[in-house]
Amino acid sequence: MSATSTAPMAGATALPGLRPSLKVPVSLGVLALIALIFFGLMGPDQTAEMKISDPGDAFAVPALMIPGQVGGIVLAILLLAMAGYSIFLWTRGERSPKWLPIAFAVVFVFALLVWIVAGARQPSISLAGLVAGSVTLAVPLVFGSLSGVLCERVGVVNIAIEGQLLGGAFTAALVATVTGSPYVGLIAAAAAGAVVSMVLAVFSIKYLVNQIIVGVVLNVLVSGLTGFLFGTVMVPNKEQFNTPGRLDILPIPFLSDIPIIGPILFEQSIAGYLMYVAVAVVWFGLFKTRWGLRVRAVGEHPQAADTLGINVNATRFWNVTLGGAIAGIGGAVFTLVTIDSFTKEISGGRGFIALAALIFGRWNPIGAFLASLLFGFAYNLQSILGIIGTPVPSQFMAMLPYLVTIFAVAGLVGRSRPPAASGIPYVKG
Amino acid sequence: MGVVKLELKGISKAFGTFYANQDIDLVVEPGQIHCLLGENGAGKSTLMNVLYGLYEPTAGQILVDDKLVNFRGPGDAMAAGIGMVHQHFMLVPVFTVAENVALGAEPTSFGGVLSIDETRKKIRDISQKYGFHVDPDALVEDLPVGVQQRVEIIKALVREAKVLILDEPTAVLTPQETDELLDIMRQLKAGGTSIVFISHKLREVKAVSDVITVIRRGRVVGDAPPTALASELASMMVGRPVSLTLDKATAQPKETTFVVKDLTVRAPNGTNVVDGISFDIAQGEILAVAGVQGNGQTELTEAILGIQPHVTGSVTLDGKQLLGLPVKDVLRSGVGFVPEDRTVDGLVGPFSVAENLVLDLYDQAPFTSGISMKPSKVAENAEAKIQEFDIRTPSAGAAAGTLSGGNQQKVVMARELSRPLRLFIASQPTRGVDVGSIEFLHKRIVAERDVGTPVMIISTELDEVIELADRIAVLYKGKLVGIVPAGTPRDTLGLMMAGVGPEGGSHDE
Repeated sequence: MSATSTAPMAGATALPGLRPSLKVPVSLGVLALIALIFFGLMGPDQTAEMKISDPGDAFAVPALMIPGQVGGIVLAILLLAMAGYSIFLWTRGERSPKWLPIAFAVVFVFALLVWIVAGARQPSISLAGLVAGSVTLAVPLVFGSLSGVLCERVGVVNIAIEGQLLGGAFTAALVATVTGSPYVGLIAAAAAGAVVSMVLAVFSIKYLVNQIIVGVVLNVLVSGLTGFLFGTVMVPNKEQFNTPGRLDILPIPFLSDIPIIGPILFEQSIAGYLMYVAVAVVWFGLFKTRWGLRVRAVGEHPQAADTLGINVNATRFWNVTLGGAIAGIGGAVFTLVTIDSFTKEISGGRGFIALAALIFGRWNPIGAFLASLLFGFAYNLQSILGIIGTPVPSQFMAMLPYLVTIFAVAGLVGRSRPPAASGIPYVKG
Repeated sequence: MGVVKLELKGISKAFGTFYANQDIDLVVEPGQIHCLLGENGAGKSTLMNVLYGLYEPTAGQILVDDKLVNFRGPGDAMAAGIGMVHQHFMLVPVFTVAENVALGAEPTSFGGVLSIDETRKKIRDISQKYGFHVDPDALVEDLPVGVQQRVEIIKALVREAKVLILDEPTAVLTPQETDELLDIMRQLKAGGTSIVFISHKLREVKAVSDVITVIRRGRVVGDAPPTALASELASMMVGRPVSLTLDKATAQPKETTFVVKDLTVRAPNGTNVVDGISFDIAQGEILAVAGVQGNGQTELTEAILGIQPHVTGSVTLDGKQLLGLPVKDVLRSGVGFVPEDRTVDGLVGPFSVAENLVLDLYDQAPFTSGISMKPSKVAENAEAKIQEFDIRTPSAGAAAGTLSGGNQQKVVMARELSRPLRLFIASQPTRGVDVGSIEFLHKRIVAERDVGTPVMIISTELDEVIELADRIAVLYKGKLVGIVPAGTPRDTLGLMMAGVGPEGGSHDE
């Protein structure tokens, strides 16, 4: 054999199967067919009425009237067209553009809405009410997911959002009743959330206990504690301890009368306005300030931060505490805005939905906000559809938010990258 | 620019009862390149981490310009004008260059809002001054390691470091990048920055140092001028005379029995980490695969062994197809394999030396009969191998993880060479091994060749490749740049490691 046989250098054949994945085209196609069969061909005959403006609004917009079967077929054909485009792109070896699944989802949800409403006993809903209600239900989720963003960005996994929400809800009800001021209750709720978070911080940062385990234990602890105090203190003395009153709704004159966006943006309680401020401030803080740069560095590469003189564990501790305070405010929304008293397990798993929202939102405050709105929409749809009386069994409707969560996190989010050091305790040296 | 004199007096650092540094005195004069030479594990990095405020010394003093200082953290060290480029870069991969440089000393306007433009400008200035060609807005994870290293140097310079510590800076570089780095070091020195250069590579140390301090087992052995002979420096490092050149006869290649054709390995992200590689090895011949770390070497060996999924092409040994076989069958076909990371893949640390020596044969005669193992045979085998390979262990029953790197590697090598082999593959056979053991391991590899086994060596150390190879294959980004005979000039090999083929032409896409 020769001493210098040279290997072929070019012409390495690409492996088969390197085309873009078939996942998107196929799932869009299947969903479009389902839409055609159920929403279109087997669609209801009634006409769905979708009201856009409320009677008291500044100017009236006529309601959308959509015939059930025809509307279903038209929308299904639109969906089929989008699925077809995706398949066409695939045959040419191209990926579907990012907007396509999103546009598909919007049209699909609209078709679903038409189908359900047209099949209901009372085929009429208010779109404005649907959207406004979604935002209201999303408020605790937004606060919860912001808490998660702050913790995970600095490298601590916060499974305890549920516990922070619950702690905040209980404390808000208790303190607001005792002091007679819901505003004091709101501040107390923030403090309670921060205390729950500090326990998480101390155990996971100082004592290096597994963060998931501490989080789960905290959820159980807060649930048990508030449940016990509710039963022994609040139930026998409701007047003294569990009548917090509500935070006032502070409508901004004129602006609040704009259809659809008026009630969302300009007719909120202080907690609602605070939510918008918090999303903006956390986003700006994380990506535009020195604080944010350090927080992200600690969450991505703590050792690098340490070698630049940044105190990793202190940064983590205070960030986790701040996150807890924000989740606490979210908890207060349950007892000071949504209803005006505390009941056992009032957060009802919303903390875990908030966790999903932050992952769906890719660890970004604005993403988490939008994801929370989606989940809020699912919650609200469930209750509104219950009211207008759909043929779909209520148990299936109750599954809606969780189904959306699973599909959103498993399907749509794709490969997203959490902060590299999230969940890993930092030990020097 | 002020210059700084740095002095360490009687520094000791203990971890538990183990002294990583003991009573070390060191003076770094202003404007000099001072080299710390020592083997892996000699305590060089520990010493520098003490100096940089990451570790608190157990005893001793640090003086900057004859003034006693007490560093409680890296922040204090940086304030005193000390900068450090760590062996494993301290860069946040998802940040831009500017964000990484700004981190910890961020220019801000009102309310802590970042003014990253200021940092950008500083980076451009420094980049221009030293010819770094670094784009402040590039994401660090997209940059080649050589450029990442410059980002680290910029980080130190922006903080106005007067003393720059470089911890094993050439470990991850191609020979060309190494030469560029040595030039940068000379430039920095000319600009008044002192440099502490930590290395175990004699060639580089001799090329650039003003003073060399040799450290062995946590203690200063002595100083040497850069004109000292390489063999003298090596003896100081190891503590006994060593031979740096390997006596090896010319290869007598016989029949070609190992053939790899169009081997391709696809990574989970869809890229080909090994891309259409073809080569063959004859009996009695050593093929050394050179290349900078992370260019597909790991995947190549794993594909041959049958550990990698998503492999296409063909790998035949003695005419038999190995691809698709379970690892066990590949090994039973007569393949001996020394993995690149002995602590992860080569040994079971808590198991005894004797057990580790039979990890591959424990279920066969003579070590097992029926369902029971025969401890006496295992012990006998251990005694023989310990003798033959000169494994320095307190006993055959000692846990393998407690041995030094060189002795652990001898355990792996002894196990893999104890069967009759049809092919021997050794990945990074001497990484983290002391100079004395390197000599021994190299001799054993050549001996295996001389009994007529095809041998494949994968090494990122060009010196080792040149020393052992009968032919040299160079990998770059998963592709074979070419196969060249032994005796090919270093420079040519260096260029090939950067993707430039032996006849010119780039393989970069």
